[in-house]
Amino acid sequence: MTAAIATHRPKPPRCVTAMAAALLLAPIASSAQPGGLDPASLVAPLEDSWPTYSGDYSGRRYSKLAQVTTDNVQQLTLAWTRTLDSGMPALEGNNAPDFIGGEGTGDFTIGSQRIKGSILQVGDLLYVTAPDHVWALDVRDGGERWHYFWKTRGGPHIGNRGVAVWRDSVIFETVDNYLVSLDATTGEERWHTEIASFEEQYFSTMAPIVVGDHLLVGTGNDLDAPGFLQSFDPATGELQWKFYTVPMTEQDAGIETWPSLDAAMHGGGQVWVPGSYDPETNYYIFGTGNPTPGYTGVARRGDNLFTCTLIAVDVDTGEMAWYFQTSPHDTHDWDSAQTPILIDGVIDGVPRKLVSTAARNGYFFTIDRVTGEHLVTTRYGATSNWASHIRESGSPNPHPAKEAIIPGSLVSPVEGGVANWQPPAFSPDTGLFYTQENNGFNMLYLTDPDPRGSMGLGGKDRVTVGSGGNALSAIDYRTGETTWRHAWPVGGGGGAGVLTTAGGLVFTGDGSGNFVAFDAADGDLLWNTRIGNISNAPQTYLIDGRQHVLVAAGQQLFAFVMY
Amino acid sequence: MLQGAVTSRVVRGVGALTVAVGLLVTNVSGLGARPAAGLAAAQPPQTRDQRLYPALQREPGDPEVIARGQAVYGISCRACHGLDLRGGDLGGPNLLRSQLVLKDDGGDLMGPVIRDGQSGAGGSSMPPQNLSDADLDAVVEYIHDILGTASRQGGPPPGEEIELDILVGDATAGQTYFADRCASCHSPTGDLQGIGARVESPKELQDTWVRGGARNAERPPTTVTVTQPSGEPVSGTLERLNDFLVVLTEDDGRHRSFTRRGDTPRVEVDDPMAAHREMLPLYGDADIHNVTAYLVTLQ
Repeated sequence: MTAAIATHRPKPPRCVTAMAAALLLAPIASSAQPGGLDPASLVAPLEDSWPTYSGDYSGRRYSKLAQVTTDNVQQLTLAWTRTLDSGMPALEGNNAPDFIGGEGTGDFTIGSQRIKGSILQVGDLLYVTAPDHVWALDVRDGGERWHYFWKTRGGPHIGNRGVAVWRDSVIFETVDNYLVSLDATTGEERWHTEIASFEEQYFSTMAPIVVGDHLLVGTGNDLDAPGFLQSFDPATGELQWKFYTVPMTEQDAGIETWPSLDAAMHGGGQVWVPGSYDPETNYYIFGTGNPTPGYTGVARRGDNLFTCTLIAVDVDTGEMAWYFQTSPHDTHDWDSAQTPILIDGVIDGVPRKLVSTAARNGYFFTIDRVTGEHLVTTRYGATSNWASHIRESGSPNPHPAKEAIIPGSLVSPVEGGVANWQPPAFSPDTGLFYTQENNGFNMLYLTDPDPRGSMGLGGKDRVTVGSGGNALSAIDYRTGETTWRHAWPVGGGGGAGVLTTAGGLVFTGDGSGNFVAFDAADGDLLWNTRIGNISNAPQTYLIDGRQHVLVAAGQQLFAFVMY
Repeated sequence: MLQGAVTSRVVRGVGALTVAVGLLVTNVSGLGARPAAGLAAAQPPQTRDQRLYPALQREPGDPEVIARGQAVYGISCRACHGLDLRGGDLGGPNLLRSQLVLKDDGGDLMGPVIRDGQSGAGGSSMPPQNLSDADLDAVVEYIHDILGTASRQGGPPPGEEIELDILVGDATAGQTYFADRCASCHSPTGDLQGIGARVESPKELQDTWVRGGARNAERPPTTVTVTQPSGEPVSGTLERLNDFLVVLTEDDGRHRSFTRRGDTPRVEVDDPMAAHREMLPLYGDADIHNVTAYLVTLQ
């Protein structure tokens, strides 16, 4: 599907072999390079620093750092902690942000926001975001280097997933749909450009992803608007291409899965969360959000491509190479936008280039990431009850009785899903894919039986009635079977992402106020510290030769170190 | 059967829709007092520039112009776009989610389409409307006024609550199911006597029994017994439990907490709600509907 691909300048030359060759080099020290962070260094596997959303392009959140191990994690020590005020700042005076931008009035009353994104670590600075805020903090004590604040026009302030660093620029998305480029050293704004229509109720949360001289940018919307992924020139903010995730003309692929073009053009499929990038194929692989209207599928009968779909696009052209739909005709607001993980594995004795994803709908998938060939589908959400069967294609088939109905249907998972934006992790040492697994139940009622369907997320009432128990699950990518599973005590689970390391550890939150470490091989619980509920995914990097582990709990950052 | 239940109520839903639109008409005459649509009722009233959603930030128009616009809409637009602007039988698209309408500023985008017509998506087309400039402006104002009532996350403007009958179950089958699965803990002449009369609506009754009590109801306490390898068991009301800690209150009010390491100490939890949780994966929707139909008979 190639609707509205706009190339405003010659495509920059790109050399796949050069980038692939960089993979073979020792990890590139990304600190204090002249001209800032070289985008070519991002193909290196995650080790000393954390220069892009998932640490590296693979989405594995697996660090080669091994100072902290299953044997010594008990000695992990707090290095520093810092609380960031992510509410509305004073715009004048000593505590005012260093730089203030934005097209809004700056007088909205917006409460403090939890830190729900990745924190990039490049050189001596950490780059942290909350909606409308970016901070650069010293990596050794969390001290503030600069603070940039954006005066918003409005929109739902639900979270921000972090910045991208491109050379000496820090680039982020605002809720009211601007891409803003800052000087990475000073925090001064270089430029901002509008990436989606505020009036059409788009709003933006994603962390942009740098791939060479492309900046991949997703945005969101809950009002029956088409989803798209865009590529911008990270130097200038100029649009390079725009890939729509739903058909926008009668000729576009997938149109046969919608009752009409009007339904398709209002069909959603938003690009909420960063994907992963495969340098060998030059494919950016990402998931799309739910079709709209979210809960009333009556006016969009069909599979609704390419919503709730894993998609590979060529980064230079924005053209789709392959797709696999993880939730045909979703009617539960279960985006399939979670970050997929690239795995170089072996299936049936044959080395394969794979991508695995644990979807919000409770199903786990492994796909050949070169061809899009489906290999594995399993249910990992213990109580997920909405599918009638697995289709020959590998997609779970939705059962109509589990849609919102007037007398109520009992549906698991709840709206938030078995997993959500919180990143999973994969360890090549264990071959296991680690994800939170949430098994709530809703009674789901249709409240707007209008044959035209409702709009947006309207037309339903959902009532939470209990939980089948939450867990952290370790899934074998080859079979989709759960190798080990740690059931959280009643009330635990939920909102933390996952990190795994060559020290044989899995770090996450338990949903009961603890930051915890497991033995990655068998799920033995090795360590905890009670710092509050974790609100992002833990990260790790090397400072002064010491491994650090960084995590956010609400508005507070905690950096741990192994001495 | 469930799908049949939906279909049989469609006609009723459309009727209710008319009521909802009637409510919007009422709003037109009472513009100044209209609450901030979609914002939580508990929040203090916000000025328009304090609202986070673009359509809600717009200053309200002149009520007389809006009323005129509504009349013009009824004459020239309604047949295709529907009484409630959400699309009609003649194929006009839903205006409340139209990208062109959402981006319109004072008729700059809608005006030319209304005046000159256009070829629409999928081969549909809109004929030119022969309206005076004043009437065109009025209908644009009316459409923006309705957009300003949209709910926050892309829902339609809130209408009147539609009364839907959720009772589709078979009370006799529900009674049998109850006797098999529920009667070991509950009794229609004991704790559930008159439950059908005590709970406000069948829907609330259904949510309540599936959940195992009203949302904020006081529940019987979860008790716990903690046994150290060397020592007497300690029992009480469970306060907190995670993988590292168990906290309880003994009968005499004493606060006790114990560090947990794996299976030590031994922790035995007696949660009276566990049976309800364990039932969740086992219910069929028909079981739920049947039990609800039975429970409403307990008057």
